[in-house]
Amino acid sequence: MKEIRISQVGCGIVGHGFLEVVRRKRDMLRDLGLDLKIVSVTDHTGTIYEKNGVDPKKVLGVKTLAEGVANSDMKGLEAIEEIESDLVVEVTPTNIDHGQPGLGHMEMALTQGKNVVTSNKGPLVVAFNRLKDLAGENGARLKYEATVGGTMPLISLVERNLVGNNILGIKGIFNGTCNYILTRMMEEGYPYGYALMEAQELGIAEADPAYDVEGIDTAAKMTILANSVFGMNVKYDDIDVTGITDITTESLALARDRGYLIKLIGEVPALTVKPMLVPRRSPLAVGGTLNAASIETDLSGTITVTGLGAGSIETASAILSDIVNIYTTRNIDDRS
Amino acid sequence: MRLSMDLELQDVPGQLILALEPFRLYKGNIISVVHHRDRKTPRGTIPVQLVFEISGSRIEQVKNHLKKNNISVVRIGEDRFVEEVSVLLVGHVVDSDLGDTINQIDSTGFAEVVDLCLKMPGIEDPSSAYIKIRATGKEEMSKALAILREVGVQKDLLVIEPIEAEML
Repeated sequence: MKEIRISQVGCGIVGHGFLEVVRRKRDMLRDLGLDLKIVSVTDHTGTIYEKNGVDPKKVLGVKTLAEGVANSDMKGLEAIEEIESDLVVEVTPTNIDHGQPGLGHMEMALTQGKNVVTSNKGPLVVAFNRLKDLAGENGARLKYEATVGGTMPLISLVERNLVGNNILGIKGIFNGTCNYILTRMMEEGYPYGYALMEAQELGIAEADPAYDVEGIDTAAKMTILANSVFGMNVKYDDIDVTGITDITTESLALARDRGYLIKLIGEVPALTVKPMLVPRRSPLAVGGTLNAASIETDLSGTITVTGLGAGSIETASAILSDIVNIYTTRNIDDRS
Repeated sequence: MRLSMDLELQDVPGQLILALEPFRLYKGNIISVVHHRDRKTPRGTIPVQLVFEISGSRIEQVKNHLKKNNISVVRIGEDRFVEEVSVLLVGHVVDSDLGDTINQIDSTGFAEVVDLCLKMPGIEDPSSAYIKIRATGKEEMSKALAILREVGVQKDLLVIEPIEAEML
């Protein structure tokens, strides 16, 4: 049985999801020969540290660790530096302008030779190549499946299952909120504002939806894909971004009458995010909050994957897969 | 040059081979053959549609050979357009001179707007237009779409392109 000591930094929706998934899957992980021990959890209010493992139930019941759970006032950087661990799960809120605080957390962990698994796009958008180099220099692994397609196995599919193929392009729907809004506008004839309001009431869209509907989230994902899969050196500003806020009910109806849907499509290495016409018969013609991505390869043709793009447990499942991959497989996916 | 041809064949065995024979003889490249066995004409003949590429100087020889083989040529015409895409424009499509937008494509000589459908919900509201563009090739279609994108920027129109072009 291999013991993996984990420091979790960030304890919001995804952080709670990860704790819940580890709790639920403990037996399955043991069957794989892995004993995941979360030795510390840190949020903006403090840290809970238990040498023999934090009981996830303790943390799952509170909104912040300040509610009688924290036993230390250590911040994220201190927790990563001072607590003995093998791997850091970095799930703090994302910031694509400067990447902090996640960027600092990842740099600290990788410098110490600790593996990093994250759902936090910001640091990867700002400094993917630097972080990857840092991991390589210190013999650590950096895994980030959850940053790109939620539960869609995209990075691992490209790096592992399609190894040997040249990846010619990836395009698809990478934002469940936009897909939900466009689906409801087309199916119900709702105007944009009403569909957005419905999405907000259902918790699918944030109170400030700009990050999703203006295409920022999708562009961040394209930045990560361009750098990781295509070995480019792309910054967020290199992506040509148009969101969905100008889409009208009438344009959706015109498209539908001619056998098309309108979807927000991200494309690499084209480096574009924009609404596009998708034929109804296309495998990318998925509705609701689903994401879908088509990977064009030289040997295997075009492969399309689809899956839930967001959600606490769904994102945590991608984090868990990354962790299991690190400790149960050889490093063929770290060739970059 | 690329041409399309409508033929009518007698409903007896071997006619299709006779119809295709001159294309082999005069080095034509057949792109497609559609043999409508289920759609006989009132005269009892079977319509066939061909698309092919051939040197312009050999068309008359093909036609003469078909005549000699007793095959009726109903129509022959240049088939210029091989690519087709649907595009949506959203914004003040009409106020920003839709005629000019279409003309910028048509005036290229290699692409044309062949279909248009417009929805205008209100005077102040943005309109939406569906247009279908045909072009003489992939490269020409890319150029036409680039022109449309540029027009979109100038006229503040959202240009929604398809994820893939369609072969005609």
